Amino acid sequence: MPFSNFEDLQQRMSSGETNAVAIARQYMARIQKYDASINAFVHLDQDSVIAQAQASDEYRKQHGARPLEGLPIAIKDIFCTRGEKTTCCSNILKGFVPAYDAEVIRRLREAGAVLLGKTNMDEFAMGSSNETSAFGAVKNPWDTTRIPGGSSGGSAAAVAAGFAPAALGTDTGGSIRQPASLCGLVGLKPTYGSVSRRGIIAFASSLDQAGPMTRTVSDNASLMSVMAGQDAGDSTSMPVPHVNTWLAACGKTDMTGLKIGRPKEYFIDGIDPEIRQRVETALQQCQDLGAEIIDISLPHTEYAVAAYYVIAPSEASANLSRYDGVRYGHRTENPADLNDLYSISRDEGFGEEVKRRILTGAFALSSGYYDAYYTKAQKVRTLIRQDFEQAFEKVDIIATPASPVTAFKIGEKTDDPLTMYLSDIFTIALNLAGLPGMSQPCGLANGLPVGLQWIAPAWQEATIYQAASAYESATSWHTQTPEVTS
Amino acid sequence: MDIDVHKIARLARIRLTDEEAKTLGPQLVSIIGYVESLQVVDTEHVPTTAHPHDIFMPLRDDTVSNTDNRDALQASAPAIDSGLYTVPKVIE
Repeated sequence: MPFSNFEDLQQRMSSGETNAVAIARQYMARIQKYDASINAFVHLDQDSVIAQAQASDEYRKQHGARPLEGLPIAIKDIFCTRGEKTTCCSNILKGFVPAYDAEVIRRLREAGAVLLGKTNMDEFAMGSSNETSAFGAVKNPWDTTRIPGGSSGGSAAAVAAGFAPAALGTDTGGSIRQPASLCGLVGLKPTYGSVSRRGIIAFASSLDQAGPMTRTVSDNASLMSVMAGQDAGDSTSMPVPHVNTWLAACGKTDMTGLKIGRPKEYFIDGIDPEIRQRVETALQQCQDLGAEIIDISLPHTEYAVAAYYVIAPSEASANLSRYDGVRYGHRTENPADLNDLYSISRDEGFGEEVKRRILTGAFALSSGYYDAYYTKAQKVRTLIRQDFEQAFEKVDIIATPASPVTAFKIGEKTDDPLTMYLSDIFTIALNLAGLPGMSQPCGLANGLPVGLQWIAPAWQEATIYQAASAYESATSWHTQTPEVTS
Repeated sequence: MDIDVHKIARLARIRLTDEEAKTLGPQLVSIIGYVESLQVVDTEHVPTTAHPHDIFMPLRDDTVSNTDNRDALQASAPAIDSGLYTVPKVIE
């Protein structure tokens, strides 16, 4: 049961063999037993979970099942949940209880899902290892001396450890795909504008997108079909085409006629040779399934991380100015004046990485430097978009490794922020371009999961679901699970 | 490159202790040094991208959509008085 997928669970509920309450209890018992050694959850209100599960069982009896009826979904602590603590794993939001649900949460509730607690994450989603959380590091269920990736590290660890069949994450520069890769899951970063950002605590608004983290490709499509859609509460959300084709796309078992681009800039020296080999093998399998592999180039790839580390911190420095110690969150005691109230509350409330990014952004936006850094980075962003546009004239989809390394040791990269930033080299470019991307399991290297990343043109999630399903049907990597001990 | 970390911190309204400035200063220099690599890219006549898709900001219908939710929204405030947020005295 801990590693069941949606279909198993739904079948067992609809046959009457079990119900949502029993399933929720089983997952919570497992969390109780093992999460002390993983630290995936930061808030879990058992009574609320049971109440939701009871309501779901009741609904099923009265009206039949909705798309996610009775399925427990773990929620990254970045999504506002009405009446339940939401802290973005930051001390500055300690005790914050939102007055409303994020639009995605509203959609999940409406589809019958049971929200299973809030998961650990890097503070304000700023990190690639889940070590910047105010609630402490998360451990990778495959090896608890290692990080699960970040920033959606708690969500990834929760699903990998069998604490939930699926979880919600958000991805600004790789925060869904990199932890999915490091924990052996299917994680999708959708096309920018597919999922409403209303009620998701903002990091970098032109890059942030929420997406599903699941065990299988079809579970991913099921959850994504509920999450996607335009919302008047987010002016950057757009009408999402082809949603009703996603689940059907998951029936694909071959790749006949599919043109897969293999960008040379993503198969460079410096990536773990074992990872490179797993991904090359995967591409060979795609070819056996009927795909054509075409060598392509994305020439501005090497500038993506630098452009990102101007744009994301700039947007963050503006977004995080709302934490002022006045309207919500932490407030320092006895400030001498208003300026002290702001600056001491912020110093006390924000962690080191968050300060580093706010300061980087404030510098890039400051008078005299704005054009040299911010405007320049926005121009390079255009070149990166154009690289993809040109590549997609030749191919339907692009395949790359999701991460240059497997899960590294806790503490290994915390001393040098720059080394940490470079762990996102394969995921960042498509956030800048607004494109959809997925990581799916494609093997193990020294016992640790390796992720294959798919990148498609905007709004072509169906192509990703087709390719990923065909690959999944021909391999068994998605069925591998770690041995979790207390 | 020289970065006045105290000035940047003032702009960002974050107090920095001397200890913090000592760590963050060099880190900031190293991060900005890295992003300097953008300067070699030829971006002449390249437009900027602020939003990943070429779209116009949509307009909503001109109807009342806000409701009075003040009490619920202020429940998380550290200090309020009669529905107002309180802060240290600004004008003597």
